[in-house]
Parts: sequence; C-alpha cells; structure tokens
Amino acid sequence: MRYAADVGALARKDLLLELRARDTLPAMLLFVVSVFVVFHFALPARSSDLAASGLLWVAIVFTALLGLGRAFVPEREQRTFDGLVLAPCDRSAIWLAKALATLVFLAAAEVVALPVFALFFHGLDAATVGAVVLADLGICAVGTFAGAMAVATRARDLLLPLLFLPLAIPLVIGGVGASVVAAPGRYLAFLALYDALFGVLCWASFEYVVAE
Amino acid sequence: MKAQGPATIPLVDRAYRIPLPALAAASLVLVTLALGLVFFVVPNDADQGFSQRIFYFHVSIAFTAYLCFGLGAWKALVHLWRRDPRADLESYVAVHQGLIFGSLVLVTGSIWAKISWGHWWIWSENQLVLFLVLFLFYAAYFMLRFSVDPGPQRANLSAVYALFGVVLIPVSFLAIRLAQRFIHPVVFTRHGPSFGGWMLVAYCVAQAAVIVLAYTLYRLELAGKRLDGRLRELREAFA
Repeated sequence: MRYAADVGALARKDLLLELRARDTLPAMLLFVVSVFVVFHFALPARSSDLAASGLLWVAIVFTALLGLGRAFVPEREQRTFDGLVLAPCDRSAIWLAKALATLVFLAAAEVVALPVFALFFHGLDAATVGAVVLADLGICAVGTFAGAMAVATRARDLLLPLLFLPLAIPLVIGGVGASVVAAPGRYLAFLALYDALFGVLCWASFEYVVAE
Repeated sequence: MKAQGPATIPLVDRAYRIPLPALAAASLVLVTLALGLVFFVVPNDADQGFSQRIFYFHVSIAFTAYLCFGLGAWKALVHLWRRDPRADLESYVAVHQGLIFGSLVLVTGSIWAKISWGHWWIWSENQLVLFLVLFLFYAAYFMLRFSVDPGPQRANLSAVYALFGVVLIPVSFLAIRLAQRFIHPVVFTRHGPSFGGWMLVAYCVAQAAVIVLAYTLYRLELAGKRLDGRLRELREAFA
C-alpha cells in the first residue's frame, strides 16, 4: 500500500538519523535514570509504594517530553520541513511516521527505565506495563501533534510542554489508576479510548497544522 | 448558511442580529433580576444555608463557559471547512469569553469550597478540577495564538487546537471521575431532590442572565476586534 510505504520510509529516515547522530535516545535514557534518583531523594523514607507508582508516570511524561521536543528540531534546523510538506504523500503520513519514530525512542527508553524503576523502588505488575504501552501510544500521538504545532510558532520548545501537559493529564490519571488499584480493567479501557479518540483526531487534522 | 464575501458582511450582520445596545440592556435587566431573586426571594437551602446561593451563579457560569468553548470549536470547524477568516476571529473571541467565564467558575467554586469546607481548593469537586484542566488548556491556546504571526497558519493552528478542546472536555471529565476512585473514595453528596419552586425559577433566570451577558460580551468584543481590523486596513491603505 502506498500510504504504508510512505509512512515506513519517513519513519525509517528518523530512525536512521538517530542511529547515526545518537542525539535523542541517550539523552532520554540518562534523563529518566536521573529523574528516578531525584525521586528517590524526593520521597521521604516511609512513603508508600503508591507514591513511587505515581512518580513513575511523572518520569514517563517528562522523558517523553524530552524526546518530543527533539522530534521536529532536525526538520527545522535542516529546513527539511518544507520538503516534507511538498512531498507527494498524504500529510497525515508525516505525523504518523514521526509518532512511530518517537514511539520507538520512548519504548527503547522504557525498556531500560522500567527495570531500573523496579530495582530502585518496587516491582511492576502486568497491569502497569500494559498501561505504559497504551499510554505510550497516546503520548506519542498527541505529543507529536503538539510538537508540530509548537515548532510552527516563534516560542518553539517553550510552547510544547504548555500544549502537551493539559492534554496528557487524562493519560496520567488512567496510568496511575491502572498502577495502583486492584482491578485495573476500567483504566486500561479508558487509556485505549483516549488513544483511539485522539489518534483519529490527530490523524484527521494534521493537514491543517502543516498547510499554509 | 450564507457565504458572502467579507465586504458585504457588516450589512448582513445588522439585518438579522439583535443590536448591541438592546443586548446590553437585556443583560442588565436579567442580571439585576437574577441577583434580586437569588438574594431576596429564594429561601435558604436546608443543608447548606446561605452559602448555597452562590450555586445559582456558579452553575450558570460553568454551563455558559461550556457553551463558549463549544461555540469556539464550532466556529473553528466552520473556519477549517470554509477557510473563512471571520470564523477564525469568532472562534477566538468565543474561546476568550470561555476562558473568562471559566476563571469565574474557579473563583466562585473556590469561594464556595472555602465556606463549605474551610479550604480554598478541593480536589474532590469534579467540576472544579475539570475547569482547572480546561483553564490550563485554553490558557495555552492564547500562548499558541500569540506566538504565531497573524495569517492563515495562525488561524489553522488556533482552529485545530480549539477542536481538541471539545474532545478534551468529555475525556477529562471521564478521567477525573475515574480518578475519584483512587484519590477520594468519599464522594460528597450535594443537595438532594429538594430543588423546586423559587429555586428552579431563580436558577433559570440566573442561567438566562449569564448566557445573555456572555453573548453581549462576545458581540462587543467581536465588534471591537472587527473595528480594529478595519482601522488597520484603512491605515495601511492611506499610508
């Protein structure tokens, strides 16, 4: 299929750039581990495990933010964004490819971050891991969209957290809920609903973000 | 719907819209009437006493803020659909009014929380938390809008963001409801079914008053912004 091939080619370009330059992923990894160390000292000695579960989600959102901030920077610096917009492919393919590439970075960071979290704080159950996977989809879909918006403005990086965090609040609620309650089904379903709703919305409206 | 060019629009506006002075007079009368009903006619609430009276305005303002955000999103959709710069301005003004009324929801909610529970902020009041999220979201709308130069791109970005808002409202509401289960197991129950007679009348009048007031402000701001735009165009033409 033409669309899938376009998305594949664009995502491959981002992954290849990262493999060669290694800009984003090492920074995300170092950041998330540093955040865990900060959290260790931020939590007083007798804090419950529940507090640590909450902080895991803070770490995930901020690590994602770090990666998302970088997502559209090369396009601006190298002036490839105009080329992408002019390319004979559906504009939403640009968003989908960028979201997939960011998802790969975030997942790679979490493959390290979750075991480190288990080592430093407490073990993770299947519901938490499932919630992380579902939340990652939403974070990358909405975050890439917000990143594309932010990079079109004068404020650039300053604007991304302001645009992204209010949109990410429901994800944090769903994620923390799935991590701390005994029956997480409701929260996982909520995360899936969020992914579906905002995925479709981003996919349908990305055209207007890049078109002049 | 009619799709005239920008030049003919002011005439069309006058033909089918209520004039601004009439709207202003109507909102003055309605707000005075609502204040009179709320403070002098309605009996004290059985559970909460005098402080419950703030609800007539708190709830009306919250509903009006939703209407403004909804209108903003609708105008945004119209803009994306027809590429009409007028709809962009209307969407912006509606969101602006929504943010003003949303701030009032936070203020009235805080006053009520202080009187009922002794704290200026309570996380267990879903509506209040939702408005905090919406306040942050729509405050970012203005950051976004004012860091892009005026033009089609700014209009598009604003419109898409305003559309995200109406999806975020129900999603956030659902999320905050879900969060109550692990953050606040105790749910406060507000006044029961004893809501009738003068209370209902007062609420309906207050609701109508706030909606008419919001519409008046919307029209006023829109008129001001349009005048501003015309003036700039004329200045550029003469320069």
